[in-house]
Amino acid sequence: MGAEWFKDVVFWALSVVAIAGAVGVVMSRDLFRAALLLATVFVAVGGFYVLMNAEFLAVVQILIYVGAIAVLFIFGVMLTRDVRQGNAPNRLQIPAGIISGLLLAAMIFTAVTTDWTTLAGAGLEAKSQIAQTQAVGIVDIEAAGRLAESGLSEQEVESVAGGGLADLLVGEFVLPFEAVSLLLLAAAIGGLALARGRGR
Amino acid sequence: MNGCHLDPQGALGGNPLFALIFNVAAYVLPCWLAFVIAGLVIMLILINAVLLGAAIVSWGERRLLGRFQNRVGPNRWGPFGALQPIADLAKLITKEDIIPYGADRLAFTAVPVIMVASLLVATAVIPFAKDVALVDLNVGVLFILAVSSLTSIAIFTAGWASNNRYALFGAGRAVAVLISYEVPVVLSLLGVVIVAGSMSLGDIVVAQAVPFFLVQPLAFFVFLAGMSAELNRTPFDVAEAESEIIAGYHTEYSGIKFALIQAAEFGGALFVSGLIATLFLAGWAGPVADWLGWLWFLIKTFIGIFLFVWIRSTFPRLRLDQIMTVCWKFLMPLSFINLAVVTLEVYFLRDASGALSTADLWIMTAINIPVAVVSIAFFGWIIRQKVRDSSRTTAAASPVVRGVSTIEVG
Repeated sequence: MGAEWFKDVVFWALSVVAIAGAVGVVMSRDLFRAALLLATVFVAVGGFYVLMNAEFLAVVQILIYVGAIAVLFIFGVMLTRDVRQGNAPNRLQIPAGIISGLLLAAMIFTAVTTDWTTLAGAGLEAKSQIAQTQAVGIVDIEAAGRLAESGLSEQEVESVAGGGLADLLVGEFVLPFEAVSLLLLAAAIGGLALARGRGR
Repeated sequence: MNGCHLDPQGALGGNPLFALIFNVAAYVLPCWLAFVIAGLVIMLILINAVLLGAAIVSWGERRLLGRFQNRVGPNRWGPFGALQPIADLAKLITKEDIIPYGADRLAFTAVPVIMVASLLVATAVIPFAKDVALVDLNVGVLFILAVSSLTSIAIFTAGWASNNRYALFGAGRAVAVLISYEVPVVLSLLGVVIVAGSMSLGDIVVAQAVPFFLVQPLAFFVFLAGMSAELNRTPFDVAEAESEIIAGYHTEYSGIKFALIQAAEFGGALFVSGLIATLFLAGWAGPVADWLGWLWFLIKTFIGIFLFVWIRSTFPRLRLDQIMTVCWKFLMPLSFINLAVVTLEVYFLRDASGALSTADLWIMTAINIPVAVVSIAFFGWIIRQKVRDSSRTTAAASPVVRGVSTIEVG
């Protein structure tokens, strides 16, 4: 007896919330409501991550997108003048619609045609793939099987699977990770310098 | 048993109470109904515990405040006035439910619901006794931070949807304070997580052979101060400063909506006290923890609530720019010092498997208490100079803008 059917119910409920929210973000005339609906969509996406057993990613999604980015949007809306009059009709509506339609088509095409379970090669690549799926908390059983065929020892698998994201971040990708932190620091200082103005 | 089985590895199957209710219900009911009923029952228990706890806290806080201020407090209805929350609730429910003209009705109504819901969801990971948490998530600390970050959006929505200047002022102040204090609070929690070696609240309790308020007094101090600010309590209650902006973001709320917001605030105090008990006072650990764990947890939670009421009744309200100064120039360096010292200690003291023994924890205690005293004294001295300087000049640049500039950092 599993929670399998229950997961389906939750999945469809979340899908309705996410899609309705996303449509609402685009259609709403009230910028503030659009920002709130965007936060709702973020929460629903976090729910999808929970369904995929990626709790860490779900929590980080809510922490960063809802706790920081949505709040930033709301502050932006608050500091925008004439926000009550809402979203004025835009002359570029049609080109924007075409571009986003093309983007959506490209993304759906990529998602459908990519064979997510295939591994380009055994050995190290399988190991790296397991590490990456582990990194977001999804256990890729098939990749594990391929890894077993590839002849890597159990300890090696464990060493990759155990740490997951942390091992990747402070191991293999430590340089990009640090570079990103430097970039963020520069952006924060730059923002402070801009906000401070010239007079003081 | 009509062939129903729970996955004992699953998040819900691992909960003994859920499994018990499920198994009993499965004798007479179809599987799916038993599953739903077990879920509903366990939710009802949690929701009632938290809301009843919030009611008790509201009474206890008023009684304690009365004692601190040399008066009696509510004492008419029930023994020692203990039925006061029921009277309050009955009164609030029967009041007219007003939505102001020009308000965003949907968002206005959603706010109390979001506030109470996020509080209840966050409570799910607190271990009330040994192995008794609704779910023991392995990302528990992060989960609590994520869910409680919903509060800032709820508060802002309340201020915006009310169509009231005072409500918007209050919301702006509240969010500025929330975002700023998030940083030192998270940094102090990072110290706890590093020593415990886990983000699961259950594991953190087990790791406290020596309670963490001794091992990391600096983190405890920063967390207590930061949480006082995040709960909008005096001395950090500029967001609802009665003498300046009526009641801040909940100025326009009345009736049952106001009751829900109050429940979320008192429940928040209860929740944070439970969090302090879990993270710094070793949670349910104590003599006969297997049977009396809930008692130790309750006592420690009460200690947390008592500390908050004590702080509230002792200090006068700070100005908003002073609150920001305390956060960025006092608590931030303290939390950085704590993090650096604790990380170094863990690096040198841990054994080959990365674990810390009880003796290691005592060594850390012996080092960290002097460090805490010296650094609090030093930065307290510095901040006293700064506050003296800033009160001579005119008021600093708009603190709300300062709050905005912190988003990139967080």
